[in-house]
Amino acid sequence: MARRYDSRTTIFSPEGRLYQIEYAMEAISHAGTVLGVLAKDGIVLAAEKKVTGKLLDLTATKEGGYGGSGEKIFLLNSNVVAGVAGITADANSLVNFARQAAQRHLYLYNEDIPVELLAQRLCDLKQGYTQHGGLRPFGVSLLYAGYDPHHNFQLYHSDPSGNYSGWKATSIGANNGTAQSLLKQEYKDDITLEEAIGLTLRVMSKTMDSTTLGSEKLEFATLTVDPVTKAPKAKVYRPAEVDALLQKQGLAKPDEDTEMKAT
Amino acid sequence: MDIVLGIRVQDSTIIATSKAATRGISVLKTTDDKTRALNTHNLLAYTGEAGDTVQFAEYIQANIQLYTMRENDIELSPKATASFVRNELATSIRSRKPFQVNVLLGGFDPKTNTPSLNWIDYLGTQVELPYAAHGHYRPDMKLEEGLELLKLSLKELETRMPIDFKGVYVKVVDKDGIRDVAEY
Repeated sequence: MARRYDSRTTIFSPEGRLYQIEYAMEAISHAGTVLGVLAKDGIVLAAEKKVTGKLLDLTATKEGGYGGSGEKIFLLNSNVVAGVAGITADANSLVNFARQAAQRHLYLYNEDIPVELLAQRLCDLKQGYTQHGGLRPFGVSLLYAGYDPHHNFQLYHSDPSGNYSGWKATSIGANNGTAQSLLKQEYKDDITLEEAIGLTLRVMSKTMDSTTLGSEKLEFATLTVDPVTKAPKAKVYRPAEVDALLQKQGLAKPDEDTEMKAT
Repeated sequence: MDIVLGIRVQDSTIIATSKAATRGISVLKTTDDKTRALNTHNLLAYTGEAGDTVQFAEYIQANIQLYTMRENDIELSPKATASFVRNELATSIRSRKPFQVNVLLGGFDPKTNTPSLNWIDYLGTQVELPYAAHGHYRPDMKLEEGLELLKLSLKELETRMPIDFKGVYVKVVDKDGIRDVAEY
């Protein structure tokens, strides 16, 4: 019977549910984990890459442009970085939309778009697909880490239904339940960026299925404010920088040779 | 023949606009207010083609207020407001029937505690100025000194203008918002 109501996005089931939206959310809960932590002096974003393997050609992403290795973490505007979980192709389309919305705001007002407004713009688009027929909703959840002078550092989450909410620390994708209960235990309100980086990586290492972390499985970004210019500064880590950071935190994988000998 | 003056002082911006509404040689009204409050900290004063001016000012006012409603009562800063007005005029001049309106935008940014005065013309030229009037000016002037300077400027205008412009409305934009200055 349910089959009658789950083929189209716009039709409620008799219990008042939109099955396509729920399926989209299900798809996201199998995607790589994305985690965000709000600190008093910045925000941390980390994401698990699922598409990996010895034969995957990473020569183009190894060096990384300003956007870094760019599969899960994207710079939407100079004051907003986003982590995506879900269908990558859908996410690319949303990222493109978000970048255009941010540029439109800059064109019109000569100011960076407020973070919540950017989240709203994307959510308006996503919501549209829950109401207008014939199309599939975006199978993407996003975490937005942003800064604006109105509310300083902010972390938002948005889902395929077009709902969004603000968080101190949250997670989407695979094992997000585990990640969130860990965050709930360990998060403190006046956490510093350094502590947040440590917390983020610790939680990531526990939620990801691989025993050791490395740049081929992890993307990482921070958003801070330049102490001199007061302008927001997004830093999407390059693979080498991710490895260096993991080394510093003592979470890096052991040297490849020792690994080889062990097996 | 309309008069629109603006002076930015230490912690506020003063805007003065003539009260006369003239058509040719006739004074039609002596209580014409050539300003519109866009939000609590932005005051738009305008001159230009009759009809165009009010239409444009109220269109801008409506759009700025719409922004505030949509963005959970976040108000657009003076800089963003000026950019928006400039953008509208720059779009307008490239249309079939452009608005012939020039404006002064008096604003106060409560986030940074800075007053500002923006001069924008119908071509879409925008400049941030300390004053848009003639006179002796210092940036560290107090509001009282600014109002004194305004008196001097107006005296000069009364001497030199061929017609009586029926005095001016004077308004101040500061941290508390927009208010009238009565004694003018």
